[in-house]
Amino acid sequence: MSDNSDNTAYWKANLRLIGFCLVIWALASFGFAILLRPLISGIAVGGTDLGFWFAQQGSILVFLVLIFFYAFRMNALDKEYGVDEE
Amino acid sequence: MDQTTLNFIVVGASFALYFGIAFWARAASTSEFYAAGRGVNPIVNGMATAADWMSAASFISMAGLIAFVGYNNSLFLMGWTGGYVLMAMLLAPYLRKFGKFTVPEFVGDRYYSNAARVVAVICLIVISVTYVIGQMRGAGIAFSRFLEIDITAGLFTAGAVVFVYAVLGGMKGITYTQVAQYCVLIIAYTIPAIFISLNLTGNPIPGLGLFSTMAEGQAGAGQHLLVTLDGLLTDLGFREYTATTNPWLMALYTLSLMIGTAGLPHVIIRFFTVPKVADARTSAGWALVFIALLYLTAPAVGAMARLNITTTMWPAGIEGEAVAVDELPDWFETWQVTGLLGVEDKNGDGRIQYYNDANPEMAALAAERGWEGNELVTFNRDILVLANPEIAQLPGWVIALIAAGGIAAALSTAAGLLLAISSAISHDLIKSVFKPDISEKGELLAARISMAVAICVAVYLGLNPPGFAAQVVALAFGLAAATLFPTLMMGIFSKRMNSQGAIAGMLAGLISTCLYLFLFLGWFFIPGTAMLDSSQYLFGIPPTHFGPIGAVFNFAAAFLVSRATAAPPEHIQALVESVRFPRGAAAAVDH
Repeated sequence: MSDNSDNTAYWKANLRLIGFCLVIWALASFGFAILLRPLISGIAVGGTDLGFWFAQQGSILVFLVLIFFYAFRMNALDKEYGVDEE
Repeated sequence: MDQTTLNFIVVGASFALYFGIAFWARAASTSEFYAAGRGVNPIVNGMATAADWMSAASFISMAGLIAFVGYNNSLFLMGWTGGYVLMAMLLAPYLRKFGKFTVPEFVGDRYYSNAARVVAVICLIVISVTYVIGQMRGAGIAFSRFLEIDITAGLFTAGAVVFVYAVLGGMKGITYTQVAQYCVLIIAYTIPAIFISLNLTGNPIPGLGLFSTMAEGQAGAGQHLLVTLDGLLTDLGFREYTATTNPWLMALYTLSLMIGTAGLPHVIIRFFTVPKVADARTSAGWALVFIALLYLTAPAVGAMARLNITTTMWPAGIEGEAVAVDELPDWFETWQVTGLLGVEDKNGDGRIQYYNDANPEMAALAAERGWEGNELVTFNRDILVLANPEIAQLPGWVIALIAAGGIAAALSTAAGLLLAISSAISHDLIKSVFKPDISEKGELLAARISMAVAICVAVYLGLNPPGFAAQVVALAFGLAAATLFPTLMMGIFSKRMNSQGAIAGMLAGLISTCLYLFLFLGWFFIPGTAMLDSSQYLFGIPPTHFGPIGAVFNFAAAFLVSRATAAPPEHIQALVESVRFPRGAAAAVDH
């Protein structure tokens, strides 16, 4: 394990990444699919509005991308800060 | 060959497969029994997690759950998938790094307290036992429905099958049978959906078909499927499929299911089986890939089946005549026998009028056309999945596959829950609290005995379900959200959190959630003991939606108590530090 200041920086970078992902997570589900649905109701998708699509499919697809994005970024951070598993 | 024989053959073949896997994947050590030796490939673990997660309810009921309500029940789709994002970022990698076997074990070590560990065991058992009752019940129903045996015999068969591979193989046996069960259930779910989607929209992918236009020769050809469905439903006096009701309550319920999902112990322990921390992260992604295959299909299945059944009832459209009793399709007759569909020609015109007779706006039309109430008197939501192969006119083996799929879904979830329960008993109670000097061999035997006892208790509770079957799942999710999730998360993200704070938090979450449920649903769900009714909901919040509020109580109590007491000792802060960094996870395997 490297020195402490590096560890703190690694952990802060992780927290920032989590924060960013959670904002997208909330926006795709609670946002576009539920609370902000009236705002984007003008956008038609397959016979209904964009909010309905987010509620039934879009949010799940966003969740998928988010998890793989997080895993990919964290693997890179692990290497960058030298805390990856050998 | 008749359908029941065919069902027996296909279901029997699937059992033979599970037994074969169980024999191959026997557990030889506690590490294999509790965590499959930590040698599970992340993609394989993702598949096992998907089967672990998707229960009989996901398989049989979810499409109907969405189809009968429409947009609003999308909350189940989002709630039961969004939790994996939380799992991947907030819990799974760190708990894997910690490198132990059970959820209470982390709580006990992190909060340096056997009291905290026991409180966590209590929360785990309440959550998992309430959850497993529904699964055993689901397995019994699946057996009785498909194999035409009675529900008691069905439950004993389910118990016996799980007994073989769970007692023999522990987590290792369960993992690889879950992989097989996932394959069975996803194939069974997708085949009929593809044919129905092709037939209605010409698109072979049901998830895309849902947003496509109707194929030539279908009612409303060229028009979008959802527009057609909305039109039909409003004409019959039902609520529009894509309409919104209360967005704030919908968001709250979604959040409750998301946090609850991330806090369910039988899902968390699946991430202890992968070799590395990085694998725990990607494995959560793979789990969601395999879950999404079913969850993206389910709303399409629901909407298409509802459309199919509605047009079956009104072959000439609502302007025309309703379907005549003697012209009902064959599958309709078959399912009427099971009691999932039922018709009653109330006005004696030889035709079956299906409409929403509870809608006052329909009264005038009904009077004008001589309708005397809705004549499709029974319309069980499970029918939307169960009758799909017949609606799509698929051969008998597809129907048999649905049988094997429904049973696989119930068994895989039950086995995962039973492992969470038995490992908490053998590892957290027997090994840590009552008999710390137990040998490795002794603990493995204790684990097998705990598993056997847990299965017997689950079968017993399945046979004599407490009178609150419908509420228990809400209880499980609410409690997971209010107790385990916040406690685990604070254990990782706050170095300052100490044992007093964690215990106070868990108790605050447990008590506030139980209290809110009991006040409205009856003390211990005993009918007639509810002290408040739904008009008195706090801010209009139903008990099912309470999870996030219980979690807030947990966080608040934990914060206040921990700040008023001493910081945790140095070595605990070092432990927290160590779970945050992946390096050294491999070393934690052998302990």
